[in-house]
Amino acid sequence: MILKDLIIIGGGPAGLCAAKTASEAGLNILIIERSPKLGGQLIKQTHKFFGSEKTYAKTRGFDIAKILIGDVLKRPEQIEILLDATVVGLYPDHELTVYQYGIYSKYKAKAIVVATGASEKFLAFENNDLPGIYGAGAVQTLMNLYGVLPGNSIVMVGSGNIGLIVSYQLMQAGVKVKALVEAAPKIGGYLVHASKLRRLGVPIMTSTTVKRAIGKDALEQVELVSLNEKWEMIQGSEKIIDTDALCISVGLSPLHQLLSMAHVEMKFVNELGGMVPVISSEHETSVKNLFVCGDVVGIEEASSAIVEGYLVGLIAAKRLGYIHPNYETLEANYHAQLTNLRSGPFGLKTRIGLAKLRGEDYAR
Amino acid sequence: MSKKDIIICRCEDINLEELHHLMEQGFTSIEDLKRQLRIGMGPCQGATCLPIVQRELAIFLKKPLEEIPLPTVRPLTLGVPLKAIAKGAKNE
Repeated sequence: MILKDLIIIGGGPAGLCAAKTASEAGLNILIIERSPKLGGQLIKQTHKFFGSEKTYAKTRGFDIAKILIGDVLKRPEQIEILLDATVVGLYPDHELTVYQYGIYSKYKAKAIVVATGASEKFLAFENNDLPGIYGAGAVQTLMNLYGVLPGNSIVMVGSGNIGLIVSYQLMQAGVKVKALVEAAPKIGGYLVHASKLRRLGVPIMTSTTVKRAIGKDALEQVELVSLNEKWEMIQGSEKIIDTDALCISVGLSPLHQLLSMAHVEMKFVNELGGMVPVISSEHETSVKNLFVCGDVVGIEEASSAIVEGYLVGLIAAKRLGYIHPNYETLEANYHAQLTNLRSGPFGLKTRIGLAKLRGEDYAR
Repeated sequence: MSKKDIIICRCEDINLEELHHLMEQGFTSIEDLKRQLRIGMGPCQGATCLPIVQRELAIFLKKPLEEIPLPTVRPLTLGVPLKAIAKGAKNE
């Protein structure tokens, strides 16, 4: 058994930011990251962020990753990092098991921050296993990380910000975006992104979904269908589009598995993406000294994950007796930033979700 | 529509026809369906199939998603060779 003060599970934006503030408070930290690189989803995001400068607006996702990783690498005497290492078990007494390079080891921490992020949702339609059908994460990895095009043309499913932004990037990369379809009657993401696509001639079809993929050995065509207000397919509204790629971008669900197996009190909140931990105002779960931040507590933008990370790093360090020199100012500041990020129409879903999580009614 | 060609669980290769068949027989909890079909027990541990199965059950039972419980999660999240676990135990 290896003993540690604070273990952070996940080296994405939330985990990295928690490590930064906790280390500034004087704590020693171990970050455990499943993939070979730190930075989480940011490393494949080439678009410039929105929001305020405090959360790196106007900076490209992979450049934000460089900044956050740089902050952590600055303190090698305090922050230890395991890469290619998967936490395979989390137990209620702050013990966890890690599998890395064929070796299985046990760790025990005084406090744990779970920042595991989320996984992509998929859709059930005919022939949904044909080659050429991707999740939006895979398309970004191929295109933005490895410089490989997913196809010559593409149909995008889902009009959230990821669907909109990735469609635009595909066009920049020379892929013909044949259509962007959305099952809901309204576009999900920022209209500024949607307008850009429309100006470039991409048909945006709301109240529409994929009925069927068509192809022999790989995707050749996609059959789309309109939906009525009860989300039922309208017979006779089918439309077939020729395409060799289809991208599914229909949302994310929190990676709750470690929390669930540690018997943390959980709740299914659809607005937050699925199963999420019940938390206190300090982002602590029902298990003492087990904290959470980022998409694992509800799907939001990376900006929120960054601020939640900073906040939770402060709180976890304080719990172990390491008080950040600017604790009070920073804590108030991070709370204010989160409130700001969740204000306005795009934060409504999160606000309703968080109210449900706390067992309150949300007055719209 | 060919339900056979709608894949629900990629890890265990389960399609919608198999899922609906069991639901009609009365297997209407994910826990029961998991024991029949191994959904959620493959390499991705349900990341792909469980939200889809949950939705199918919600439609079938005419209940909101919130009322369809997800199955118990147990360690480990990945396949780990017994050899590695035995070796790990020695180092304790």
